[in-house]
Amino acid sequence: MGRDMDDLIADFLVETNENLGALDEAILKLEQDPADAQTVSLIFRLMHTIKGTCGFLGLQRLEAVAHAAENVLGKCRDGVLVPTPESITTILAAIDRIRLILSGLETTQSEPSGDDGQLIAALDAIIAGDPPPATEAELEEIFNAPAEPAPNPALETPAPAPVEAEIVAHKATAVAAAPEADQHASSVAGQTIRVGVEVLENLMTLVSELVLSRNQLLQLSRSVEDSPFNVPLQRLSHITSDLQEGVMKARMQPIGHAWNKVPRLVRDLARDLNKKIELVMLGAETELDRQVLELIKDPLTHMVRNSADHGIEDPMTRRAAGKPETGRLTLNAYHEGGHIIIEIADDGRGLPMDKIRAKAISSGVCTEAELAQMPDSQIRNLVFHAGFSTAEKVTAVSGRGVGMDVVRTNIERIGGTIDVQSTEGQGSTFSIKIPITLAIVSALVVAAGGERFAIPQISVVELVRAGVDAPIERISRTPVLRLRNRLLPLVRLSELLGLGESDNTGRESDYVVVTQVGANTFGIIVDRVFDTEDIVVKPLAPILRHLSVFSGNTILGDGSVIMILDPNGIARAADVSLGRESATAGKDIEQSGVHATTGEKVALLLFRAGGAEPKAVPLTLVSRIEDMPRESIEHTSAGDEVLQYRDHLLPLVRMGVDTSSPRQPILVFTDGDCAMGLLVDEIIDIVEDVIKIELGKGQDGTLGSAVINGKATDVIDTAYWLSRASDNWFTKQAQKVDKRRLLVVEDSAFFSQMLVPVLSSAGYEVTAVLNPAEALRLREAGSMFDAIVTDIEMPGMDGFTFAKEIRRDGIWMDLPVIALSSLAEPEHLERGRQAGFTEHVQKMDREGLMQAIAFRLSPAGALVHEGATA
Amino acid sequence: MKSQANVIERDRSGKTVREEDTFVTLTVADMLCGIPVLSVQDVLIAPAIAKIPLAPGEISGSLNLRGRIVTAIDLRRRIGLGGEATNIKQTSIVVESRGEFYSLMVDTVGDVLTLGKDKCEALPSTLPAPLRTFATSVYQLDGVLLSILDVSALTAITAGSATVGEA
Repeated sequence: MGRDMDDLIADFLVETNENLGALDEAILKLEQDPADAQTVSLIFRLMHTIKGTCGFLGLQRLEAVAHAAENVLGKCRDGVLVPTPESITTILAAIDRIRLILSGLETTQSEPSGDDGQLIAALDAIIAGDPPPATEAELEEIFNAPAEPAPNPALETPAPAPVEAEIVAHKATAVAAAPEADQHASSVAGQTIRVGVEVLENLMTLVSELVLSRNQLLQLSRSVEDSPFNVPLQRLSHITSDLQEGVMKARMQPIGHAWNKVPRLVRDLARDLNKKIELVMLGAETELDRQVLELIKDPLTHMVRNSADHGIEDPMTRRAAGKPETGRLTLNAYHEGGHIIIEIADDGRGLPMDKIRAKAISSGVCTEAELAQMPDSQIRNLVFHAGFSTAEKVTAVSGRGVGMDVVRTNIERIGGTIDVQSTEGQGSTFSIKIPITLAIVSALVVAAGGERFAIPQISVVELVRAGVDAPIERISRTPVLRLRNRLLPLVRLSELLGLGESDNTGRESDYVVVTQVGANTFGIIVDRVFDTEDIVVKPLAPILRHLSVFSGNTILGDGSVIMILDPNGIARAADVSLGRESATAGKDIEQSGVHATTGEKVALLLFRAGGAEPKAVPLTLVSRIEDMPRESIEHTSAGDEVLQYRDHLLPLVRMGVDTSSPRQPILVFTDGDCAMGLLVDEIIDIVEDVIKIELGKGQDGTLGSAVINGKATDVIDTAYWLSRASDNWFTKQAQKVDKRRLLVVEDSAFFSQMLVPVLSSAGYEVTAVLNPAEALRLREAGSMFDAIVTDIEMPGMDGFTFAKEIRRDGIWMDLPVIALSSLAEPEHLERGRQAGFTEHVQKMDREGLMQAIAFRLSPAGALVHEGATA
Repeated sequence: MKSQANVIERDRSGKTVREEDTFVTLTVADMLCGIPVLSVQDVLIAPAIAKIPLAPGEISGSLNLRGRIVTAIDLRRRIGLGGEATNIKQTSIVVESRGEFYSLMVDTVGDVLTLGKDKCEALPSTLPAPLRTFATSVYQLDGVLLSILDVSALTAITAGSATVGEA
């Protein structure tokens, strides 16, 4: 802390000395023209700044003087007071006093003692309109009163804390070099000069050019042996490197500069939110480029707010959780490679996974099926999505759902990444990784389609040579690579950039640059990989800014211009984040019902199985696509086919008929703990298309048909195939029970598609209808069920009306009716009970639904139910 | 930065020779054009041009002008003359427009001419559309016509304004 304070005070001294210089000049100008409003407000502002800073640094004596002077100046500004020579003299006296205190402050690191009462009284008297006490003698006295000269620091240290002593000693050496006491005022100012940012930027540009010229020269000299230029060139090269380093250093600022407002922020937040928060700041001296510093200031502030608001609990909750009442917020910064890592950690409640899941589904960020496949780390990263705030309350501080996505965008814009680790109940840590500087970055130079490109090293995870051992495989046209048992989506750079030459696609060996953008990892296929090189990033010309795959351009050592690729833009251009895309598509289906054309594209997996015509399944429903050697398929004693898969036996259902090829493509569907594999003949493609499914026209196992890529395509019914697997497998494991019949009323075909397999595989006989009217027709027809599961929000008749209708009359009167809803407000629950729902289950709460059904159908559940209706 | 020094020099001496009527002449697809000398920063013979994938068709790439990256515009395509350059090694006329440097890729660069206003004519209204957008006036020279091009219009390329697709 002492060190920070030291720096702050040093900065303050430099700045205030400057301000005082301006102040003197302005006040003298004012004396000549007392009516000059502009000068008055300038003076007022300067004095106000001094006062404000003093208050912040806890310099009470200075603050008191500045405050009194500011009051006078305020009156002048407001026109209440016309400055007279006398009052101006008094103000000047105040300025001199401030100077005197400053010089004491500079030598001893603390305000010299002294009494300013007289001066302040004189200033106050001006306001009061009393005749100024400015007789010559008195003024003389005011000027000379605090005559404690700045004590000689080396001799007279006022017994400070040990840390301060060290600082004093440190300062003392500086003072010793300039022993004249009168020069104290300028000694700090002499050590640092303020240079315009523009000057630094210009220097940086020039150095960048110099680096490039140097690189060019070096390249030339390599081709000439024993050139007499070699030695001087080496020297030039070293000096250039030193110069570059020096200029970079001049642009560096400790990250503490971005943090200095945080303590105040946290204190205010703690007060506003009635929390106790201890702030720990580590590594404040870690330096980074001022340009980067400016860019991360706001994101940092936002994240601190977030942690204080959402992360740390109020003292009561903390005590209840067995934690100390005071929450701890830690800011930590350190260098790692060419990057700086900033961590914002709290020991609060952590990220609520359930809420994130629920929010992800309700806001349509992704579907339940996708969520089920996501590792926790990826789910946590959903908080960086636009419109994503799990805070129940929108407070003034945060919770508006704008913010974390903006934070991420800002950080990614400067080539950084953001990540979050969290343990529920124990806290969260957000870590930001950003380059130390933006001007010169390390980049990997690659070639594709005959052109060279630079990929910023920060987003490169690794380089893989795809060859015979690890060939690039294709799911139809989409290239993929198996990398440590994971399928890595690939983008062929030459194709993406329209450089043609796709004749090399058949080549056996390719270089794959594994790139990470946020949570997505993908590979960029390139023809050649050159070296990594420090490149000077130059912005794109305005007419090229729309090319989002490039983040800039640069000049290489040989003088050639190359484009710098933006991995973010490439991911977007290549649609690598397929998950996100299909999530929105899925949402649209849900909203628009079944028969309507969605208007949005849905990602479909096309395959062939038992026939030449293609079949399709929404990609979101497929957890994995496997390609196994045929001999790995085993048979159980009952004759069922199984596969040893991730330490489990995967039940297989054969849909395809082709057994000629040595490899067997398998679509793996998972559902909770259950998984099944569908054996198909061939994976054709993944297409994104607007689909319009004609329901009910297909045979068993197809949901209907749709025209995809101009061909009639059967869309398979995953429910059917899952139930086939469970018939084959699960039910044989368990006691074969009498099937209980469920009626599912759900207007969204998409949700229905997910719900039905879950229920069927659990052993229920499921009838699904799309709306209450259809359900009621079944009732008229005399169909009987054991329980009804219904959605609430449906077009036409909603769930409440439907429940009332069931309870009113008919054969279903006493059936348990379970409502599914994304709305879980108490008033909804109450309304549901009154309408006649037996139970209310969150729409995406699969476990809850299974339990609710099982309970309602159990003898105990039936009793409760009858009790309720009786 | 050298080019800036040049500009200043020209500015100083310029007041005497009415530079607004002084043009650098060039040919592109056998057409004689002129651009105001004040907007010209540099002339480069057969510079190395790096392709920019996905860029609009009129952009032939970028080049390195003493450490400064300059976007090269294929003048032939830009003014809709079509065809391929007869001279593979094109010449670059570097111009400044709205604070940015652009290189106009032309077939040849000719003399610098100072022309009297009396020889200046308005554009014939039958000129084809792309050319009409970029030319400001026509001068009658001995035996040929000199079309004066508007540098700021030439360099105002937006993502959607590609007039000529891929060849």
